[in-house]
Amino acid sequence: MYPETYKYTNDHEWIDMATGRMGVTDYAQKQLGDIVFLELPEVGKTVRKGEQVGSVESVKAVSEIFAPISGTITEINAGLTEKPETINHDAHGSWMVAIKPADPAEAKGLLDAAQYAELTK
Amino acid sequence: MEVCAGWDMPVEYSGLSDEHMAVRTRAGLFDVTPMGQVELAGKDALAAVQHMTSNDASRLDVGQAQYSGLTTPAGTFVDDLLVYRFANDHFLYVINAPNVDKDVAWILEQVQPFGDVAVVDTSSRYALIALQGPLSLEVLQTLTDVNLSALEYCWFTHGEVAGARATISRTGYTGESGYEIFVPPQSAVKVWQAILQAGRGGGVVPAGLGARDTLRLEAAMRLYGNDIDDTTSVLEADLEWIVGWNKGEFNGRAALAEQKVKGLSRRIVGFEIVDRAIARHGYDVYLDGAKAGTVTSGTRTPFLKKAIGMAYLPIARTEPGTEFEVDVRGRRARARVVPLPFYKRPKG
Repeated sequence: MYPETYKYTNDHEWIDMATGRMGVTDYAQKQLGDIVFLELPEVGKTVRKGEQVGSVESVKAVSEIFAPISGTITEINAGLTEKPETINHDAHGSWMVAIKPADPAEAKGLLDAAQYAELTK
Repeated sequence: MEVCAGWDMPVEYSGLSDEHMAVRTRAGLFDVTPMGQVELAGKDALAAVQHMTSNDASRLDVGQAQYSGLTTPAGTFVDDLLVYRFANDHFLYVINAPNVDKDVAWILEQVQPFGDVAVVDTSSRYALIALQGPLSLEVLQTLTDVNLSALEYCWFTHGEVAGARATISRTGYTGESGYEIFVPPQSAVKVWQAILQAGRGGGVVPAGLGARDTLRLEAAMRLYGNDIDDTTSVLEADLEWIVGWNKGEFNGRAALAEQKVKGLSRRIVGFEIVDRAIARHGYDVYLDGAKAGTVTSGTRTPFLKKAIGMAYLPIARTEPGTEFEVDVRGRRARARVVPLPFYKRPKG
């Protein structure tokens, strides 16, 4: 269900530490329902862990997306902002931004797949 | 689950968008039991109803219901409601769940000058189930001997549904054709399950508070606490059709008549968001760069697939086509006034 290669946050983001790409989890998309808008930051922006990097909005609610780790935004998935409903079909394949970590050791504080699955039980 | 006036209520079952689409294209079943009921009976009941509500209840036949305002002397809303005429001298109010205690106290005060009228809060005697959507008639007809085809919009009748004593009312809060069914609480689960069972083949689904809100907004039905309250007048809410000008005195009549003569300073409008954004309840509205009000209701609707909403604007700026801005979490989104309602059900 939750890819073993990703790390997860209590706020329902995932991050692939190999590439720095991150998104929201399948659990999060289910809670939101039909996603209609996605707002992303500019490339080059620096973010601190836990800081807002964007927002994802469904008919029901708007939900902030938080940076799982501190670093610099190196890529944004502009295509996804055009088709945000993709997140509902494939949350773990729908990366939003890539973050170049400022301190890779921060990843140790994140959840692994089993821990995250436990959290959302 | 969300707590609504002390009731645990599902926001959604299968998903807000699915439920919304089901009501527009098939039918959805809502539990609206938290709505309050107050009955007024006695020789002077009509006079009391006429005094405290804005619409003309004398125009109701027995078996007919009307949308109305429970108005203050300022012509604003204590609540909005449906007034049912059960008998010549027996009326039922259906009021908003969060307002029940406030309304009952208000109503008791309003009937004081009238001689023969008893007021009873009968909220606990009714569960209220709403079946809404184009398949409503066909599905409900399989569970009742009442000839539903003969029941016109805003009329009601008594009978049985799935073997339970029921009052069936052709009313609703979705902009779709449908029924609101009053049943004794002990029969509610049976009736609910029987309707879902009867509708399963046609794709009837249970629907929650989320879809109820997006559906009513598409149909531009006002929500008390969002679009109307005791600071907004019936005319400002663009509901002059529920003002019974021909019936004589009622709470707020003088204030509303004065507003009509002098002209309104503001009025509710419908709008669409032009940019890619959703305006929601409470977001600030800007005209020519200056704050001019707030969004009273806003969403993106699953059927029209547009971000729509309502807001009060200065009267000079209420013409369809007028542009303004909404502050969407720090970003200004362009909005345009459009005629209400956003959605009108196809006739036929």
